[in-house]
Amino acid sequence: MLSMIRPADEQELSDAIKDALNEQAPLEILGAGSKREIGRPMNTSASVTTSRLRGISLYEPNELVMTAGAGTPLSTVENELAQHNQQLAFEPIDPAPAIGQEAGQLTCGGVFATNLSGSRRIQLGAARDHLLGIKGVNGRGEIFKSGGRVMKNVTGYDLSRGLSGSWGTLAVFTELSFKVMPKAEETRTLIFFGMPDKIATEVMTRAMQTPYEVSGTLHLQKPLALRLRHDGLRNMGEALTAIRLENFSGAVAGRAEKLKEAFAAYGDVHELDHDNSIEFWGELRELSFLQGSKDPLWRISTAPTDGPRFTEVLSSFMDCRTAYDWAGGLIWVEVPSTTDAGAAEIRRLLASLGGHATLIRAEPAVRATINVFHPLEPGLEKLSTLLKKQYDPHGLLNPGRLYATM
Amino acid sequence: MALLQQLAPDPQILKRRDRIIRQLKRLVGRTAVISDEYGRRAFETDALTTYKCMPLAVVLPETTEEVSDILTYCNEHDIRVVARGAGTSVTGGALPQEDAIVLCVSRMNKVIETDYDSRTIRVQSGITNTAITNAVAKEGFFYAPDPSSQIACTLAGNIAMNSGGAHCLKYGVTTNNLLGVRMVLMSGEIIDIGGNYLDAPGYDFLGLLTGSEGQVGVITEATVRILKAAEGARPMLIGFSTVEDAGACVASIIASGILPVAIEFMDKPAIEVCEAHAHAGYPLDVEALLIIEVEGSGSEIEELQEKLKNIAKSHDPTVIKVSTDDEMSAAIWLGRKGAFGAMGRISDFYCMDGVIPVSRLSDVLTRVIEICKTYELRVANIFHAGDGNLHPLILFDANDPDEVDRAEQCGAEILKLCVEAGGCLTGEHGVGIEKRELMPVQFSDTDLAQQMRVKTLFDPKWLLNPGKVFPLDKWHLK
Repeated sequence: MLSMIRPADEQELSDAIKDALNEQAPLEILGAGSKREIGRPMNTSASVTTSRLRGISLYEPNELVMTAGAGTPLSTVENELAQHNQQLAFEPIDPAPAIGQEAGQLTCGGVFATNLSGSRRIQLGAARDHLLGIKGVNGRGEIFKSGGRVMKNVTGYDLSRGLSGSWGTLAVFTELSFKVMPKAEETRTLIFFGMPDKIATEVMTRAMQTPYEVSGTLHLQKPLALRLRHDGLRNMGEALTAIRLENFSGAVAGRAEKLKEAFAAYGDVHELDHDNSIEFWGELRELSFLQGSKDPLWRISTAPTDGPRFTEVLSSFMDCRTAYDWAGGLIWVEVPSTTDAGAAEIRRLLASLGGHATLIRAEPAVRATINVFHPLEPGLEKLSTLLKKQYDPHGLLNPGRLYATM
Repeated sequence: MALLQQLAPDPQILKRRDRIIRQLKRLVGRTAVISDEYGRRAFETDALTTYKCMPLAVVLPETTEEVSDILTYCNEHDIRVVARGAGTSVTGGALPQEDAIVLCVSRMNKVIETDYDSRTIRVQSGITNTAITNAVAKEGFFYAPDPSSQIACTLAGNIAMNSGGAHCLKYGVTTNNLLGVRMVLMSGEIIDIGGNYLDAPGYDFLGLLTGSEGQVGVITEATVRILKAAEGARPMLIGFSTVEDAGACVASIIASGILPVAIEFMDKPAIEVCEAHAHAGYPLDVEALLIIEVEGSGSEIEELQEKLKNIAKSHDPTVIKVSTDDEMSAAIWLGRKGAFGAMGRISDFYCMDGVIPVSRLSDVLTRVIEICKTYELRVANIFHAGDGNLHPLILFDANDPDEVDRAEQCGAEILKLCVEAGGCLTGEHGVGIEKRELMPVQFSDTDLAQQMRVKTLFDPKWLLNPGKVFPLDKWHLK
């Protein structure tokens, strides 16, 4: 068992990194470790967890802002927000159960370090868009801050966003300040069954082109819809397409009617009421439709209009199961287990369409041999290497997790 | 005069001026290079007009490749470059250097591709902010960030400064709406980051370069999100007899779960000037005024306005006035968006941009007024109340060196107050040259070093927009 370092404050974290620097001993950086199996396998001599850097130090519901230690469980944050009828608008997903780990372990730092956003990202932005400021320690052991706790801030370079989504390879967050948002008074979901991908994407796109502030659009092919926990939806036994409306009750009711009218030609429109909608979008955050399989799983971001085209071509190469979020722009695809998990075909396709693919679930042997994260263009790769060198010149923080050379 | 020191020009470069101009003309053609004194004069300052400096020359490239050729040449010969959009920076972000060329992207102003299905638009970076919305308005779409200078300012400048605007409370600022860029590095290398999809792969370079004030590269093309416009929008005015009541009302609105598109605040001196300019029906017998805009269908707007009225009523409003037609709505916004221009007609002013936690509004405002009194200067306050972004306008006479001096000191003291209150020096205008020496108020040397290392990796010789953002005596940290 590798040793686990649990610093109690930023100074102890800095000391731990400086010790590692002296010994040239690379570190695995963890929150709760629920996403350990995502990324390239690493060779590290010890692990550092932010788990003791926990607690909410500031919450001002009237200002829509919270500050919390990086190791604060997300559940703590969300429970506290719920007391004031607020939430994290970017609806962070929990990929752990889809990779065979226990759900509900996410930490605040882990959420922003991986920038994993849920369905509402298409309307209200990604995790990084809600980040206001950070404190952290870089690979030199330096303690620093960026941004702050106010809603708008262009004082100096935006390192908070620059470091979000860097998977602990540039610095370790110790504290984060982020924007929180009111929960909607009412949520309703329009559901269509049995639509082919192309038609579903058309419906989702048209929904996003209305002024009704659609806050979620999802399409599950039949095999994935059959994995839903929601009995009523699963038992329909069909592909499922969902459009979410959130707002004041009066607005939701009126908008739902207008959308139903607009989509009448697409067949029967079903409706989930508020409670059922909360349950349904809640299970989507745990990627319930991707659980229970060990097949390699890819997460792909492309232009929404290219989504169905991508799947159509990929399906001609291999047998795959697909889900679309973000109106077709985010594709989750399960592919047959092969030596490269379909990486070559997937990336060749994306090279012509545009977009990027991350391998979320695969055996360690596969993850060790292919690029888990999307290979970068040479110019961007050079800049990335330079950035890594500036923040972590000795390659101590999660070395090789993102890219073999970084 | 206490004006900030500019970087000392390199005499070797000044000596080679003629040769440099000849070479630039070879690269981009004679008509794309401005070298005569009269022509250069137009570029000697931006909207921070207290600072002026004639550039070595001005180049107006029309393609990414030309930008690349210019930067390759300048990098090889250690020539400094100041990138410029429309020159509307109020912080001196595009202030030239005597030994620097100004690279102005304004000729690159075309729409490249619009995709309504993916809800994105690809444009050249010299396009104005308003022109983006105009290009998609026929389909009912718009580009969300809306700085007050939107008719003139370019997307390139918006990206450099991470510009916001009155409506960003709901729709976010530039960084939240940018999906991809084509950028030329100081080395001349052309790189593409992101594209027409959400969340670029790898490190978040889009996040790093947005708001880097033209110091990491020259953006020539960008893809931004476009959104379907709401069915309608209506502002309402709520007047209060005290600033405290107005501040408390803002907090109550936010706590209620309603998120208006905009909540704008004006104090009495600002109201008077704006009303004289726009004749929008602003009440003149109040100490503070909120302009609150909500969006939706007719019935949705009415429902929200009822809710807002009920919230406001618990804060002793002296007047509540709801816009009843498009003309009145336009006048209300004309007053607010034209505020700086209107103020400029009665006095020179120095516009601050500090941000504070919303809960500190009334005590910070009280202090701002006290500080201005001690410097014997008048102040008008206009700001984005929903996000705590203050814009105190310090009025002064630019022809009186002593007043200029006092205005600068007064401004610095106000910004320090914002930082002490838990806020920051600038919410949407940027640091530029104006707030450069105040950076240590907010950041330690270690904090600054992290930012400077980003600058260094993109531009190792520090040739791009030098002398901005980072205090001159901190350059050893790079």
